[in-house]
Amino acid sequence: MTRKRRRLLLISAGLSVLGVAVALMLNAFRESIVFFISPSDVAEKHITAGTRIRLGGLVKAGSVVRSGNLTIRFDVTDGNSRIPVAFQGVLPDLFREGQGVVAEGALDGMGVFKADMILAKHDESYMPKEIADALKRSGHWKNDYTQRATTPPGETGK
Amino acid sequence: MIAELGHYALMLALGLAIIQSLMPIIGARSDDPVLMSMATPSAFGQFAFVALAFSALAACYVRSDFSVFNVYQNSNSAMPLIYRLASVWGNHEGSMMLWVFILALFGALVAGFGGNLPAKLKANALAVQAWIAAAFDLFILTTSNPFQRIADAPLEGRDLNPILQDPGLAFHPPLLYLGYVGFSIAFSFAIAALLEGRIDAAWARFVRPWILTAWMCLTLGIAGGSYWAYYELGWGGFWFWDPVENASLMPWIAGTALLHSAVVMEKRAALKIWTILLAILTFSLSLIGTFLVRSGVLTSVHTFANDPRRGVFILAILCLFIGGALALYAWRAPLLRAGGLFAPISREGALVLNNVFLISACATVFVGTLYPLALEALTGERISVGPPFFDLTFGPLFVPLLLAMPFGPLLAWKRGDLLGSAQRLLAAGLLAAVIAAASFALQRGGPVLAPFAIGLSIFVMAGAIIDIAERTLFLRLPLGAALRRAAGLPHSAWGAAFAHFGIGVTLLGIVSVTAWGSERIAEVKRGEVVEIARYRLTFDGVFSRTGANYRDLVGHFTVRRPSGDLIGVMEPSRRTFPARNMATTEAALMTRWLSQIYLSMGDPNPDGSVPIRLYFKPQVLMIWLGALMMFVGGGLSLSDRRLRVGAPRPARSTAFVQKAPGNSG
Repeated sequence: MTRKRRRLLLISAGLSVLGVAVALMLNAFRESIVFFISPSDVAEKHITAGTRIRLGGLVKAGSVVRSGNLTIRFDVTDGNSRIPVAFQGVLPDLFREGQGVVAEGALDGMGVFKADMILAKHDESYMPKEIADALKRSGHWKNDYTQRATTPPGETGK
Repeated sequence: MIAELGHYALMLALGLAIIQSLMPIIGARSDDPVLMSMATPSAFGQFAFVALAFSALAACYVRSDFSVFNVYQNSNSAMPLIYRLASVWGNHEGSMMLWVFILALFGALVAGFGGNLPAKLKANALAVQAWIAAAFDLFILTTSNPFQRIADAPLEGRDLNPILQDPGLAFHPPLLYLGYVGFSIAFSFAIAALLEGRIDAAWARFVRPWILTAWMCLTLGIAGGSYWAYYELGWGGFWFWDPVENASLMPWIAGTALLHSAVVMEKRAALKIWTILLAILTFSLSLIGTFLVRSGVLTSVHTFANDPRRGVFILAILCLFIGGALALYAWRAPLLRAGGLFAPISREGALVLNNVFLISACATVFVGTLYPLALEALTGERISVGPPFFDLTFGPLFVPLLLAMPFGPLLAWKRGDLLGSAQRLLAAGLLAAVIAAASFALQRGGPVLAPFAIGLSIFVMAGAIIDIAERTLFLRLPLGAALRRAAGLPHSAWGAAFAHFGIGVTLLGIVSVTAWGSERIAEVKRGEVVEIARYRLTFDGVFSRTGANYRDLVGHFTVRRPSGDLIGVMEPSRRTFPARNMATTEAALMTRWLSQIYLSMGDPNPDGSVPIRLYFKPQVLMIWLGALMMFVGGGLSLSDRRLRVGAPRPARSTAFVQKAPGNSG
């Protein structure tokens, strides 16, 4: 085998593996992508029951109802519309009424969002960016919410 | 005063870095030994000043000087000393200080250990190292000053984010940064080689220990972070395919590829151009990791603050270094002469295969991590790419890699005998098949692929053992003679076998936990019994306990065998930190051999019952044990005599040139 043919062989082997990788990725993208959606979007985008999405917003104050067997119901709102969410399991540490939350799951036929995963923020100076953006767009962004924690007192304006 | 001293020292370090980034290169261009020799003392000086700045920041934390804004934000006088120290890097500014500190440390080490390097290579490499240092010093000084004061000093600090108040904080970030930043050396040497337009096996021999060191630290850092997340976040996952985790995984994969291609370059003087590219890519991925984590484009426990200027600055550094390096590569790489020939079936061929698969796997992680960001930037649509994506892409690419792995070390350099190695691996294959069949027969309700994965991990482990057995002629020579051969085997051979064995161990742990782990979520009342695997847990009630800067609400659970024999007590808790008015879940772990019982508790209900999450994690400790073996394997390779003896001088003429400038400092 000449040097040239060997190099060709190596390069084609490399490219074919890379091709396989690309094929795998395209396939995986079709099957496993979850869209992030705010409560207003659910109505606007006509999300059908059974489509897996991530729903993000605030836990509506006063909406949390706990019943036995670790079942919990609450409303997620972005200020304009709200979606009832049902979840069974242990909630994350920072799940609070009036605070940001991301729920992953799908709508059932009755318009209730069945969540199988709930994510809350990590501490008081952090809010999932997705929620922050959703709130900003709907005009319900509380400015002092992150500003207080991240802007040094000595520093003005940013 | 201490804070100002630190700030000033950092400025001086920046000044030195700028000198170091220019003079040695000009010297190397114009053959001026005096200018070239400036690199070494300025690298030492830079380290001294950065170390001073870093210690000044640490001193502010230890003394709880809340007039420094950074200390006020992230510390509290009630915190134990170890956390006060560790919280130096538990925030954005401090962690960037750690970054430049480690960068300066590596620069000084190269300057110190590089005595027998060709003068030009050393001068150029240290200059490139100083470019990086200057960029990051400037970043800290202009956008992330940790020494900023507050006009009215508060009496008490705001405390460190409770999730970070853990011994893990003392080890995880430094190890990770040692890995990230350690790859900067490979990068600097790659750029230096491109600038000079020449490269040889001595290059690889000198750079390899640094790659190994960085890789070892990164391995341990990632594994440590994974264990930390496992016990701290309260839901028992060891890997989430979170973008921040991926940010550290990508340089690790690329670094693993680099480690292997550098072997080919050192031993066979082949794959030079590819190795240079890998060195650039690996450090670029480290920079991208830093960007992802520090710029605020992602939010997670690792993102301490969002300031758009920082993101833009890091992005600029990123573009400058990655773009510049790749442009230089495109321009200069054709100058480097191609090296030795080899047949496709050979050790070199196997290592190329390893590289191809690793880089493809790395590419899938890269796409999965950055695609959502790119999509949001371009269309505003937000998606999440979670574990299913990586299971479908990363997994299938790793299977052939692992299948091929045991063959590599058994093939000869230059031209190998595939059939011969297959015959030698027959025992490993048979063992794997038998164990896979047995686990298929025994398993109840696990995934169909699990026995196959178990077989694969057994194959990998047995392959590593056969490699050593073949080298020592075990079972063919009398035992004594074989042992003597084993003792005489180069450390690097042991290192490779250890690390490969570790991969098998980790895989076994992962498969075992994901396929056969069990989970129970329940609400328990006092006296109630919950069963998991072969254990019975009784809830005895809750009590409270006070710690240094927190209050614990502890649940008391007794663990028994079904027969009623007492095994022990598990005490998960809800920990409240008054300084931040925040609570964390402290899971309780009980280790049974390599398996663990994992128990975490939610807030008690008004009726006195508590929600719990209870897991049985079979063989979970193998995941991190395997990583530890990879670390030890790296250490064995590092202790190889060949590397300690130092880089050989490629030719007399270079040895002569090297005498002239003299190595002052």
